[in-house]
Amino acid sequence: MSQIPGEKPREQEGIPEGLWLRCPECSAMLFAKAVNDALKVCPECQYHFKVPARERIVQLVDEGTFEEKFADVAPLDPLEFVDRKGYGDRLKEYQKKTGALDAVVCGKGFIKGRQIMVAAMDPEFMGGSMGSVVGEKITRTIEMAVDEKLPVLIVSSSGGARMQESTLSLMQMAKTSGALARLDDAGLLFISLLTDPTTGGVTASFAMLGDFIIAEPKALIGFAGPRVIANTIKQTLPEGFQRAEFLQEHGFVDFVVPRKDLRSEIARLVDFCVK
Amino acid sequence: MDNDSSMEGASSASSSGAAGSSSTSGTTSLRHTLAFEVPLANLEKQIQELEELQARKQVDYSSELRQMRENYTALLKKTYDNLNAWETVQVARHPQRPLFFDYVNFLCRDYREIHGDRLFGDDQAIRCGLARMAGQKVMLIGHHKGRDTKEKVRCYFGLAHPEGYRKALRAMKIAEKFGLPVVTLVDTPGAYPGIGAEERGQAESIARNMFEMSRLRTPIVSIVTGEGGSGGALGIAVADRVAMLQYAWYSVISPEACSAILYRGGEGTAQMAEALKLTAKHLKRYGVVDTVIAEPLGGAHRDPAGAAHAVELYLAKMLRDLKRCKIDNLLERRYDRFRQLGEYAESGRRASKVAS
Ligand SMILES: [Zn+2]
Repeated sequence: MSQIPGEKPREQEGIPEGLWLRCPECSAMLFAKAVNDALKVCPECQYHFKVPARERIVQLVDEGTFEEKFADVAPLDPLEFVDRKGYGDRLKEYQKKTGALDAVVCGKGFIKGRQIMVAAMDPEFMGGSMGSVVGEKITRTIEMAVDEKLPVLIVSSSGGARMQESTLSLMQMAKTSGALARLDDAGLLFISLLTDPTTGGVTASFAMLGDFIIAEPKALIGFAGPRVIANTIKQTLPEGFQRAEFLQEHGFVDFVVPRKDLRSEIARLVDFCVK
Repeated sequence: MDNDSSMEGASSASSSGAAGSSSTSGTTSLRHTLAFEVPLANLEKQIQELEELQARKQVDYSSELRQMRENYTALLKKTYDNLNAWETVQVARHPQRPLFFDYVNFLCRDYREIHGDRLFGDDQAIRCGLARMAGQKVMLIGHHKGRDTKEKVRCYFGLAHPEGYRKALRAMKIAEKFGLPVVTLVDTPGAYPGIGAEERGQAESIARNMFEMSRLRTPIVSIVTGEGGSGGALGIAVADRVAMLQYAWYSVISPEACSAILYRGGEGTAQMAEALKLTAKHLKRYGVVDTVIAEPLGGAHRDPAGAAHAVELYLAKMLRDLKRCKIDNLLERRYDRFRQLGEYAESGRRASKVAS
């Protein structure tokens, strides 16, 4: 239920400033610009690199149509949480590194001309973990959609609820799920897009509540992390366990869609469901 | 399975927790001693020995015994008034702490368990039943950890699978349909992490419950009686009123797991228990729980009947109050209750909901 903390895994670095990078999946040396032009997908093996929130918005939303909302909602350290490092200091580090206040960007925009509220989580900000700010901004995004009768798209990319805000993080699961129930009562569309990774308290709240659930190929999606499960049951996990295709096979994902086709898939769903 | 606890409860319910006053039955020696309770256990043993001596030798030690019992009660109070977070977690997990079926036995005039989620199976870690309690007909839902080893294994130690959450939702829909209030008793280390649980949608089942509970058209009261382990707890704890027993814990992650992640070695458990602010006292301050239900002196495991009685009093009042509310108002307030949880700054100003 918790984020994967501290040191970020290698691929979470995203694509460095350098000209070349190595694909973590097929190990091919790739020309960075070519990967960026391909929406951060490896041209050799179709590995989907992680995409920071703002870049995700640029990829999905029609150019020049995105109006950001709730941009100045900023995190606090309500529990004065200290482990090896203070949470306040961790926040400052990530804010400096990513240039963002917290792990989600929200706003209103158009996708292929269809108006929609969008929230995109940022895998680079503390593993995309959900604390009070993420919960509050996602809830406001949903509430604004109810007020303005718009569909909602949430792009999940998160290790789960943020440990450093403890039970307040946990409560964001109830808060966002309650907001989605209101969206549902209003007859409005919610598309949940799951990207690598979507785990813990994010999966166990809004991410799994889409009218339609789209996943990017091979994205890790689950409740408990694979290591926790392996340690609990003392077994090796089956091939492809908790990957997007595995979830589709078990009935929890509607569509596994490559990144380049996401815009048209979303537009199609909006056309079927928005009066 | 709960003979020990009911005996103990019955014997000490009227003795305000003082050891010895009814201890010739030997119940104290059956009680599991937590690490920080060792001085208490030693004192208890001394009292018992003196009692035995008095009986054997026909000598009157009553004034010494009275003094020792007073010392014991004072030490018990002092110990439990000053529990740190990690000690509180241990009390919440005490092997003789009352479990779901202890509350059923103490509080329900009638209890008819329903079985199965109609989709896959009948999870034993979450139990649901029609119940008469606290003067009302209710749908009672709760985690059950199991008392003896065999039962614990069958109940997965209170770690529920998706079919448990889906059974609970089915029970709630029945309650909604027939106008029964829902009472949930939360006591779980967390939702089960396993292959089958993932294949059957553990995350979806918890998410769906929160989604539906937020708009369920009947009153809901939740009490964290023992362990409030993360999403596994919250999956049955979206309610109009949320209470916690005094020595229960409720957190996004267990202190052990938190420490394993943040310290890699896992030595920081007690420190993380403190940092996670997982006690009832803290969570009331953050608005996560509305009420802290006081436990009998020395914790619910010393007096399960007393603990159950405190739960009953709370439920009776809450159910009465909630019944008077119009359902639409209730739903509005239930939404707002969770809506306002969280702390952040906006435009440089703190938007804090913490009670001062
Ligand atoms: Zn590749």
